[in-house]
This record gives sequence, C-alpha cells and structure tokens, in this order.
Amino acid sequence: MSTTPRALVVLDVIAGLALAVAAGMVFFYAPLERVMGAVQKVFYFHVAAGWVGMLGFGLAAVAGIIYLMRRRSRWDLLGVAAIEIGLVFTLINVVTGMIWARPVWNTWWTWDPRLTTATIMELVYIAYLMLRQGIEDPERRARFGAVYAIVGFLSVPLTFFSIRIFRTIHPVVLGSGDPTATGAFSMTPRMTQTLMVSLVAFSLLFVALLWHRLRLGELGERVEQLRLKLQS
Amino acid sequence: MKATGAVSFWQATLAVLWKDLAAEWRSRELLSAMLVFALLVIFIFNFALELQTQLRAGLSAGILWVTLIFAGTLGLNRSLAVEKDRGCLDGLLLAPVDRAAIYAGKALANWVFMLIVAAIMLPLFGIFYNASLVLPGVVLVVLLGAEGYVAVGTLLASMAVQARTRDILLPILLFPVVIPVVVAAVKATGGYLQALPLEEIRPWLNLLGVYDVIFTSVAFMVFDSILEE
Amino acid sequence: MIEVHHLTKRYGPKVVLRRLDLRVEKGEFVALLGPNGAGKTTLLRILASLSKPTLGEVWIAGYRLRDQAAWVRRRLGVVSHQPLLYGDLSAEENLRFYARLYGLENAETRIREVLTLVGLWARRRDLVRTFSRGMQQRLAIGRAILHDPEVLLLDEPHTGLDQEACDMLDQLLRQVAARGRTVVMTSHDLARAADLASRFDVLSGGHIQASVRREDLAGDALLTFYRQALGSENATEGTGEVHL
Repeated sequence: MSTTPRALVVLDVIAGLALAVAAGMVFFYAPLERVMGAVQKVFYFHVAAGWVGMLGFGLAAVAGIIYLMRRRSRWDLLGVAAIEIGLVFTLINVVTGMIWARPVWNTWWTWDPRLTTATIMELVYIAYLMLRQGIEDPERRARFGAVYAIVGFLSVPLTFFSIRIFRTIHPVVLGSGDPTATGAFSMTPRMTQTLMVSLVAFSLLFVALLWHRLRLGELGERVEQLRLKLQS
Repeated sequence: MKATGAVSFWQATLAVLWKDLAAEWRSRELLSAMLVFALLVIFIFNFALELQTQLRAGLSAGILWVTLIFAGTLGLNRSLAVEKDRGCLDGLLLAPVDRAAIYAGKALANWVFMLIVAAIMLPLFGIFYNASLVLPGVVLVVLLGAEGYVAVGTLLASMAVQARTRDILLPILLFPVVIPVVVAAVKATGGYLQALPLEEIRPWLNLLGVYDVIFTSVAFMVFDSILEE
Repeated sequence: MIEVHHLTKRYGPKVVLRRLDLRVEKGEFVALLGPNGAGKTTLLRILASLSKPTLGEVWIAGYRLRDQAAWVRRRLGVVSHQPLLYGDLSAEENLRFYARLYGLENAETRIREVLTLVGLWARRRDLVRTFSRGMQQRLAIGRAILHDPEVLLLDEPHTGLDQEACDMLDQLLRQVAARGRTVVMTSHDLARAADLASRFDVLSGGHIQASVRREDLAGDALLTFYRQALGSENATEGTGEVHL
C-alpha cells in the first residue's frame, strides 16, 4: 500500500506515451484543415477532454447508485475522484472550445449547446463539491454526494436538449448535422485516426489519474484512523 | 385508540400536506415572504432593464419565470428549515409511515405554495405591463414547470438544510439542475403569449413533461437515503 | 422488550458505541446514566430507529429494527431534546397531525384523554409557539404517548424545566410506568433518576459499564455506584472524560 503498485507505474508510463503519440499525430500526422487552418487542431484534445469529463461524471453517477445500494465508502471515494477529474477535464474542454471559437466564430464565447452544457455541468459539479464541504459526518456526506451526483448527471442531457432546441451554431462533426454551419468540416481518415488515438490516450490518462486519486483517498482515510487511534 | 393497520401512503401524504397548509394558514410567513420578494424582483427588473409598458412576449415570460424561481427558493428553504429547526423531521421519521409519503406531502405543499404565488403574480404582472397573462396555455406551463421545480427543489432543500452552509447552499445546488425547466417554461410561456401554433410550443411542453416524470421518480427513489442518519 | 446485541456505531472513523449489549425487560424503567459524549443520545436515537447502527442488531417488542422498522415505530414513543412540535399549529392540531400519521382510530377521544392527562386541555386551541418550555415538554410527552406505545424512550426530559414542571413530568412518567410500559430515559440528574427508575445503567467508553437494580441499591447509594462504575472505566481505559 505504501509504495506505488507496479501496475499503476506501468499504466502511468503507457498513458504518458499514448499522450505523446497523440500529440505527435495532432501536429505531424493529421492534415491541416482547409478553411480553419492550424487552430482546428485544438479539436482533437478538445473532444478528448470533453469525453473524459463526461466519463468522469457518468462514472460518479454509477458509483452513486452503487453507493446507495451497498453503502461502502470506497464507492463514495470513487465518486469524488471521478468528479474531481471530470471537473478538470471539462474545464480543459471549455477553455479549448473558447480558443477554437475565437478565430472561427470571431468570439471567445458562444451560447452554443455543447459549450453551454459543458459549463453548466462544471457548475453542477462545483455545487457537488460545495455540498460535500458543508457536511461533517462522512457517512451523510457520502449519501448526499451520491444523490446529487445522480440528479446532476440526469439533468445534463435535458439541459443539452433544452439549449439545443433553443439555438445551435456548433459544428456537428460526428454524426449527421447541418453541413453548412460555420466551422463544420468533414473528417479525413487521418483526422479520424488522430481523434481515436487522442480519445484512447485521454481515457488511459483518466484511468491512471483515477487510480492515483483513489490511492490518495485511501491513504487519507488511514491517516485519519491512525490520528484517532493516537488521540484515544 | 390503538394504532390500527398500516397508514396508507396517501393518508400520510395528505396528513403532511394538511399540516403544512394549516401551519401556513396560521402564520402566512412563507407565502407573504414569497409574494413580497416576487414583487420586489419585478420592480428591480423594471428599472434594471428599463422596461416599457408594452413588453415583448419573450421578455415578460423570462421575467415571470425568474421571479417565480427566486421566490420558490425562499419558500423551499423555509419549508424544510421549519422541519429541521424544531426537530420535527425526527417526529415525521418516528411515525410508521413510508418516507416517500413525507417527501410527497412536502413536495405537494411546496407545489401549492408556488401555484398560489403564480396565481397572484400572473394578473399582477398583467396589470403592470398591460398584458393578459392568464391564458389556459400559460396556466398549463405553470403547473408543469412548478411541478418539476418543486420535485427537485424539495429533494435538494432536504439535503441543504442538513448542511452547515445551508443558507447559501440551496440556490447553488438547485439552479444548475433546473435550467431545463427554466428554458422550457420560458419558451413555452412566451409561445402562448405570442399565440404561436401548438407545433412550436409542443417540444417545450414535452421537455417539461419528461423532466417532471424523470425527476419526480428519481426523488421518490432516493429520498429515503436523505433522511436516515 | 428491548434487546441490543453487539451494537457498534461509528461516525466516520470515530467510534461512539463499541459492541454494546443491552437487555430491557417488559415493564422495566431504565435510567441511562453517563458522562457527556458517552453516546447516550446516540444509543437512544438508534433504538428510536432515527439512526442506523454500523454493526449489531436491535430487537424491540420482538421485531428486528433493521428490516421491520415500521413495526417497531408503531410501538415506540420518543421524547427528545427538541419538542418535535409545530409552533404554528395549536396543541390539538399537533396531536391530530400525529394521530393521522399513526393511523389512530377514535383520534379525537384519545387526543382529549392525552391533553387532559398532560394538563393542557384548557390551552388546546392555543398555538404551541406561545407555550412555555415546560408546557411544550408536557405536550411533547403527550405526543409521545398518543398512540399508547409499549416502549417509551426519553432523552434528558428534565432539561430546561422548572421545579414544578419537573414534578409534573415525574408524575406522568410514573403513571406510564405503572401501566406496565417499558421506559428508557437518559439523564444527568441522578436524584431525579433515582426517584423514577427501577434500574440504572451506566454508559461509558461506548458500552454499558455497569448496571444495578433499585432493590440492590441501599439508600442514596446511587451516586457511589455511579462513581465506582466510571472509576473502573477510568482505571482500565483511562479515557479521562468524566464530568461530574
């Protein structure tokens, strides 16, 4: 427990390598997009970060359901860990989205459904952390956290659809969409490959970070127990 | 005199609802605070946005809903704080009733309070801005929107009052997850005010309906775990 | 009537109750004594089904608390630190509300009985928020015995009451006990506990440290017994949290 498990070290290395490969592909393998030029390359990590954010929040909702059924503190720990990581990656997603929006739509911020939903999601999970901060009893904190993780995650698709019906100028790259929207582009096979590698690299990074965070949480619990033992 | 068979879900729900309405009838604290607050918000909007007497339909729908939502937060916080402060929540939990019935009773009472506020706000708003807001369509939207709002709001307020930071927590927890209700209710209300064809309003009504069903069922499922200790 | 087996309650890493065993027979009146923070309230809340045990089992009136809580609740009356009453309802309305939650038949007759018993019949239409602390406490007891529970749990019922209110409360509790009901009461006040209870249990260090019946106790020996019980605890574990 005190030393990093070998598998985790290996995972760290693999995630690092995958990230390097993905970055390399973004810069040297993926073709330059005709209209938007170099700035379009932010797209690969933008999508990958958004994917990891959703992955984290979704995982936290699942962990919340399991926690409410089983009441084991490790599911709560998994929930917090996933949400903290999800928050960081969603922030990356929002910021890269703004970087992309600036030259393409000539504005830092657009009220487009995905960017807006991502930002509202960020607010939901900041609220989650504030809720936890306000509760002393760890068992109650875990229960309330689980409930809010479920409620928050369920609201995300509804928020998305409500804004989607409201208005949209976001390029719909994957799946069918309006091909005339500004900033839309069709993906070449090389682009698709780069995106896939980025997604895999970010997913690996997510798992590695999650593992580290879980270990940190378990060590924290141990410290707390030892401290109480010393006191009594 | 002996405790008889099981208290049915509805008996318990109605008992809680009756209790909240009777207490409110006595004190009128919650409703008067909500109404005064709602009026203040409307006045602040008037000066902040330099509103004219003839408002665009979309704008009045927006102001109406922001007012209702803000006033609703006051009501929700108060409704659950009353239970928590005097230990009455324990009294409810000690009774041999389904905990979901306690939730149902509280949520129903909050819904009634929201609807009373809306019933007073709609004609008032109409007077201030020289428009007729009391349309069957708008009433439907208020019913649906308020239901979704109190369904989530009662659940989250029950958590918020048990936290150390409870006075500031409820809006922060509640607002980001009720955005779909706000968007849909504003657009649907605006649609009815502009007399748009039903096909343009229906997606919003559907969204409200879906939200209500999802969050009311989820609240029933998880409320149990909010009250235990 | 009450059986507690190996009860452990933890708040996070903090252990409040540690493998506690307790057995209360039908008709016993147990005074639960102990220093502040010994876990008296926690134990009572668990018995009342308001708090879930971390480990261990509780049976009340033959029902297991873990999965038959509704059955247990029907047979329990609880008086806690707080009155559990609504200030904006009258005394009568408060009881009527609880009568509905317990599904009582002939609720009106029973409400009158109880209000007369606690001496509040004349004030039945007044809002509870206008009541003094003593009157609220009396109504709280009325609320607890409304459904004629087999087991009555009281958490420091004398706190904040004046002499007269305390005497009235004692009289009420004697009546309840005389009807063969089982009572568990936590208390700081050894003298009052000595007057009422038929058995004295000292809770300390997370479990029942000592237990003695009234008939085995000579004169005013309760204080001596209490000190000894806590003293032995101090000698063995040295928690040093005795506040007498």
